[in-house]
Amino acid sequence: MSATLAPPSTGGAPSGSGASGGRVRAALGHALRSREIAVAVVLLLVVAAATARNDSFLLSGDGWRDLLLTPSILLLLAAGQMLVIVTRSVDLSVGSTMALTAYLTGRLFIDQPGLPIPVVVLAGVAMGALLGVVNGVLVAYAGVPALVITLGTMYVYRGAMLSWAGSDRITADQMPKDFLSLGTSSLLGIPVLTIVALLVVAAVGYYLHTARSGRELYAIGSDPDAARLYGLKVPTRVLTAFVLCGALAGLAGVLHAARYGSVSSSVGNGIELQAVGAAVIGGVAIFGGSGTVWGAAIGAVLLVTINRALPILGIPEFWQRAVVGALILGAVVLDRLLAARRARRLDEERED
Amino acid sequence: MKFNSRRATALVALTLAASTALTACGGGDGDGGSGDSAETITFLPKNLGNPYFDASSTGGEDAVKAFGGTFEEVGPTNATPDAQVPFINTAAQQGVGALVISANDPTALGDALEEARDAGVKVVTFDSDVDAEYRDLFVNQATAEGIAEAQVDLVAEQIGGEGEVAILSAAANATNQNAWIDLMEEYAASEYPDIDIVETVYGDDDDQTSFDKTAALLQSHPDLKGIISPTTVGIAAAARYLSTSQYKGQVALTGLGTPNQMREYLEDGTVTAFALWNPEELGYLAAYAAHALVEGDITGEEGDTFEAGDLGEYTVGANGEVVLGEPTVFTVDNVGDFDF
Repeated sequence: MSATLAPPSTGGAPSGSGASGGRVRAALGHALRSREIAVAVVLLLVVAAATARNDSFLLSGDGWRDLLLTPSILLLLAAGQMLVIVTRSVDLSVGSTMALTAYLTGRLFIDQPGLPIPVVVLAGVAMGALLGVVNGVLVAYAGVPALVITLGTMYVYRGAMLSWAGSDRITADQMPKDFLSLGTSSLLGIPVLTIVALLVVAAVGYYLHTARSGRELYAIGSDPDAARLYGLKVPTRVLTAFVLCGALAGLAGVLHAARYGSVSSSVGNGIELQAVGAAVIGGVAIFGGSGTVWGAAIGAVLLVTINRALPILGIPEFWQRAVVGALILGAVVLDRLLAARRARRLDEERED
Repeated sequence: MKFNSRRATALVALTLAASTALTACGGGDGDGGSGDSAETITFLPKNLGNPYFDASSTGGEDAVKAFGGTFEEVGPTNATPDAQVPFINTAAQQGVGALVISANDPTALGDALEEARDAGVKVVTFDSDVDAEYRDLFVNQATAEGIAEAQVDLVAEQIGGEGEVAILSAAANATNQNAWIDLMEEYAASEYPDIDIVETVYGDDDDQTSFDKTAALLQSHPDLKGIISPTTVGIAAAARYLSTSQYKGQVALTGLGTPNQMREYLEDGTVTAFALWNPEELGYLAAYAAHALVEGDITGEEGDTFEAGDLGEYTVGANGEVVLGEPTVFTVDNVGDFDF
């Protein structure tokens, strides 16, 4: 599935003109080159190694649940981040957005007892989307690089969170039991949060793959000037990507409150970089135009799972972070190598 | 990327103008604040958003009100030493009467604290100390031995004196947690030879990290009988994980927690007992100690005595330490009497 969704080319059609007999071989080669499959294989190896060391990693009730549940919040953030990165932008404010919506969730339960849970969830998503609108308008219409804008809004949102929450901490006993159980309960052996995250990833994937505006996001990321000349509504599309990313960060904030049952001003500190890291590991090109949401999702699961597996494999804390760093570096270097090779091949084809 | 030189020049000019203005203001503040204004006591906890420090600041504020000074609370969001330095510098520039600080590192804050003391600010550490040369007094919540032994005794009682125990700590360089952990290991080895402390993990006083580390502990040690978490954020996160886990009631959890955070888990049976001194009293005592220093009643020498309002008289011990007292043990029976 992921192979068919693999990076749309940046120019020309790389697979079309070859000899007809190599179709199967080409498909196989494509699968081997597909980042999604490569990352999924690494993920399976990690899970297998951790399970071999300690079978409760996968086989116990808690182990199975945590394996699926722990990545779900980062999964949402990575899916949103991927939408933005594909348009050659980046959103560093998602951690702060998530903190604000997590706190909003808690405050709504405290200040408006009896508010139905779906209303609170929608309020969180709406707030995230609103913060995304701010980012999107600044990036799409002011023409300042997203890195700078969202670095700014990251601090502004975090500052707003600090002055709103101050030293207040929302604890589990202040939120309804039904809401908290969302964060831990399962449906047919699959945690509810995981189901939510997978549905979101599927929806984003469907949108990017089939919707005209979704395809246009790739075109914009590949070559913004060409996209503009071609008549695409570049600012509108970029704004859409930021709003979706904000809304997903909002949803992540609500789910964070449900899962951890505790909200303080430090929620989501640094998670924006994990979201970018997940997307990069999953093969989303940091300069836009290529990558899939499946890749970002698998990248997120790998990032979280490797962090959980390394202690079980007996690797000390310092090296755990170093391994994550190495993964990101490896992913970027691999990207450059593949891109260079593709460019060379395209050049050769053109000369022929 | 074309570099716009005119815009850059404007930016540089703006920065220069702003910094001149700020420097001028800073100088003015220093002159005004150092002498005549009402006695200001500034509390600088490890981080904001931590219910433990909320309680100690409440106590500090009560004390400051009682002796008629001005109370201020400032602090970083992350419990890291570098984040505390700017707050120390600001307090020194403002010329506050005393800085009451819970340090994120025993030595990294030394230079900043020395500068503050050169500017005439009295420095009182509470909860977590710096090296003795950098402060006037340390208000200790209890002796480190008392805290370590109380927690080991609690876990030993709950697991029947034998089995594997793990520790979920705060940051890897947190002064007081590390001192307690060393003492816990010594005490357990001598008093409970059948208890095996298998691992210490660090949750960085962050909910999510502590939560995930608890999960990892339970997975990597299938025979684990108990967890000690000598930090309020850690024990609450661990309790939240355990309360929905298959290990609920099978793996004992104890440590240092606040009653408000832990009430739910005492009631649902995840936790049977945990300990803590009263942080409000700790803040209260620290504020009075700062007051006595500012007033010149004491200098921080061993044997100095001072009055701490409702808590009575305290004596400064060796190394400029004042000890609050023994930790309180909270169970489902007495937790209702406390609200912090």
